[in-house]
Amino acid sequence: MSTPEPSTMPLSTATEGIMNPGTNDSIWTRLVRPTSGQSVLITLASSVAAVFIAMIIAGLLLLVTGKNPIDAYGKMLHAGLTPVKLVEAMQRATPLIIAAVAVAIGFKMNLFNIGVEGQFLIGMFFAAVVGAKVHMAAPLHVTFVIIIAMIAGAAWSGIAAYLKVKKGVNEVIATIMLNSIALSVIDWLFTSYFRYQSSASLDVKSKPLPKTAWMPVLFTVTSKTGRSTQHQTLTSFVLIALLVVVLFWLVVYKSKFGFRLRASGYNAVAARTAGISSSRMIVVAMLMSGAVAGLAGLPYLLGESHAYGPSRPDGYGFNGIAVALLGRNHPAGIIAAAFLWGFLDSVSAPLQIAKLPQSIVLVLKAIILITVVIVNEVVGRRVAKRTADRTAAQLALPTAAVAA
Amino acid sequence: MTGDALAVELKGIEKRFPGVIANHDVNLKVRAGTIHAIVGENGAGKSTLMKTLYGMHQPEAGTIIVDGVQHVFRSPSDAIAAGIGMVHQHFMLADNFTVLENIILGAEPATRGVISFSTARTKIEALMDSSGTHVNLDAPTSDLGVGQRQRVEILKVLYRGARILILDEPTAVLVPQEVDELFSNLHRLVADGATIIFISHKLDEVLTVSDDITVIRAGTTVAEVKPDEVSRLQLAELMVGSELPSPHGRTSTVGTDVRLEVRNLSVAGPGDKRLLDDVSFVIREGEVLGVAGVEGNGQFELCEAILGQVHPIHGTVLIAGDDVTSTAPHFRLVNGLSYIPFDRHREGLLLDAPLWENTLLGRDADEKFLRGPFINAAATRADCREVIAAFDVRTPSEVVPAYALSGGNQQKLLVGRELSSHPRVLVAAHPTRGVDIGAQAAIWEKLRLARDQGLAVLLISADLEELIGLSDNIVVMFDGRINARLTPAEATPELLGTYMTGGLQEIAS
Repeated sequence: MSTPEPSTMPLSTATEGIMNPGTNDSIWTRLVRPTSGQSVLITLASSVAAVFIAMIIAGLLLLVTGKNPIDAYGKMLHAGLTPVKLVEAMQRATPLIIAAVAVAIGFKMNLFNIGVEGQFLIGMFFAAVVGAKVHMAAPLHVTFVIIIAMIAGAAWSGIAAYLKVKKGVNEVIATIMLNSIALSVIDWLFTSYFRYQSSASLDVKSKPLPKTAWMPVLFTVTSKTGRSTQHQTLTSFVLIALLVVVLFWLVVYKSKFGFRLRASGYNAVAARTAGISSSRMIVVAMLMSGAVAGLAGLPYLLGESHAYGPSRPDGYGFNGIAVALLGRNHPAGIIAAAFLWGFLDSVSAPLQIAKLPQSIVLVLKAIILITVVIVNEVVGRRVAKRTADRTAAQLALPTAAVAA
Repeated sequence: MTGDALAVELKGIEKRFPGVIANHDVNLKVRAGTIHAIVGENGAGKSTLMKTLYGMHQPEAGTIIVDGVQHVFRSPSDAIAAGIGMVHQHFMLADNFTVLENIILGAEPATRGVISFSTARTKIEALMDSSGTHVNLDAPTSDLGVGQRQRVEILKVLYRGARILILDEPTAVLVPQEVDELFSNLHRLVADGATIIFISHKLDEVLTVSDDITVIRAGTTVAEVKPDEVSRLQLAELMVGSELPSPHGRTSTVGTDVRLEVRNLSVAGPGDKRLLDDVSFVIREGEVLGVAGVEGNGQFELCEAILGQVHPIHGTVLIAGDDVTSTAPHFRLVNGLSYIPFDRHREGLLLDAPLWENTLLGRDADEKFLRGPFINAAATRADCREVIAAFDVRTPSEVVPAYALSGGNQQKLLVGRELSSHPRVLVAAHPTRGVDIGAQAAIWEKLRLARDQGLAVLLISADLEELIGLSDNIVVMFDGRINARLTPAEATPELLGTYMTGGLQEIAS
């Protein structure tokens, strides 16, 4: 008798009939995937509860450091709930929405694209330098720049996809490395080939994009408090961000391709058994994720700076991960979470003016993330158990028949 | 010690998992100094019960009494403290350690943080002598065979002072000589005062080795018998709860068209070994070809090669006469091949997805489920409801996540999905494994019905009654090869057993 090769034997998890959802999943898988059977309302309520719990914890921290948390939160709301600050929050949320969608595409099939940071920088850089070289009519030029950014972002994430599919390199490792490579590559290309010294300014930047490639301002709000006048503009790129969310919803949740993507995320082995090529799905998902990531720098490039420079924005990629987690990879959740992040960023400066520690915003963000993860895990388990119990109860099966 | 003193007594144990009552009203009395067998079908709840006794999870109700003292085990360490040890079906040894290091791991004798290997060695050598279980203590664990690993596991348990040993299907991985050796060791342990709880579904072994037998069926204890009071058949009937299904007389539906043909198929394994070696057969329309064999003898590779998931190093696969050897899995699945996988949780279902997405899996190329590039949810859900109705899947609706269903209902859904695409060829691996009797009968009925309508079925099963009852022809696989071909009328469990363990088929005269 030969002894069975462990590697060739299918793991027989079914034999004792234990239906513990997700028992074989990594913790990571469980974080990014809402339990099915959980209503939108419960997901929403648990996320809101998590934010409140986080506020209480951060409040305790403030208390320990001798600040009055109620006063601090009051100042935050007071400063934030003005037209100017709300528009600023939306302006800040725009790139985060895009970055979070990029992250969520990966999450939906258990790919952790930690490289959105690098992909968005590459996308923004190439959009700036290639866009400045051509002359086109306005709508065409903007479209051209957008496509360049998507191609550049996708090419960068494509390296990670290639490494994963062909060489078995974990995408987390590859994308982390690619983030730092992206920075070096951009710095080298910029300083060696694309520096553009304008006489008008001391700013070192790439050659500015022609006006045909600028995104118009959607609207500007102005508020007068005493002698100071505040302006806040909202770039029309926010419309493209919202379009990205809608497309994300259609493609991932409603299309055949999205079904295959989610099936691969739910259970890679079952998807493969059903004839879905996992390497193909990895490549396509990674390219899509990178293409969307490439857009995240454009609100800034096309709406504000119109050129690439060392004072580029950063952190969109990492904040995008946070927003995707907080929003549970759901289109509406992502928008809400991005807005919350934008709101917190926008009150950071007023807090400082009010002599409150500005870093409370960072602390609050971090605690929110942790509590969201914990609350969702707890709620998810309870919902799973309740769904199963309720199903069994609805069927009113005799106990003996259920045991198999 | 042998007498009426009880080493373990379980009263009214109930253990539930989401959607499943794995154990209920379990009562078990294990006399001290005996070998007590617990038998039951796959999925009857044997392992769940033993995990409860070993403190790996807590029961919802019931009491555990060990050596006359009531216990609540919050973790295995509580159970170990009470003198219970468990040898798992899947060994848990650190490969890069020596045998000695593995045995003392977690219970190292140490003075001021320095491990005293000599103390450990003396103690283990004494244990080896008294139990008759010998292993080379200095061998690296990675060099050990399965039988030796099991001995290490037993020593590990004894080293921690266990007097009550739970062995979960200990013979499943052993060759016959090792089984004999294990049993003689167990007898020595018992003579030495230990108590053994032995889980198995191999009836012959159970009848040979045990002093008492408790039968578990559908999660509860249904009978306690002595081996000399029951026959193998009676025990089997206690296990399944009804008379065994038998091959009943029927007219053959085997047609003339060849639906699946496999020619000289070989799949490479590690080194020079072939996991599948020169396998050839033909299945005609309306024919069921049964594949018997101990699991791990090439059945999985055969399925993977037919599905296109592995590339054979040699040979061809033909579906309805078309050579599909070099095509992708998806091509084969949309061209008349269906598959009921070995493990429904791992390979077959999206447990967290609703049922209607589960019935869509693998069938999303069908235009009727699509509207342009989008999924037609209404049509897909309607189709799922049809599968639910046709295959009697017990569920409140098609939006319930798959994990909420019982194993039998999950399997019915899976079989329903695979048969709903009206395949020409079905590869069915253990189609009724771990499902209750009712679901088993329903699945068999559906398979018969599909076969009567011309479906060609490759049936891989460990359930000999299923093989004999459903197949038109049977092949036996051993070590990657087909080493016997016979008809169900010729096949007896004894004969199949001989071939399955490598016995050679005599050339029919």
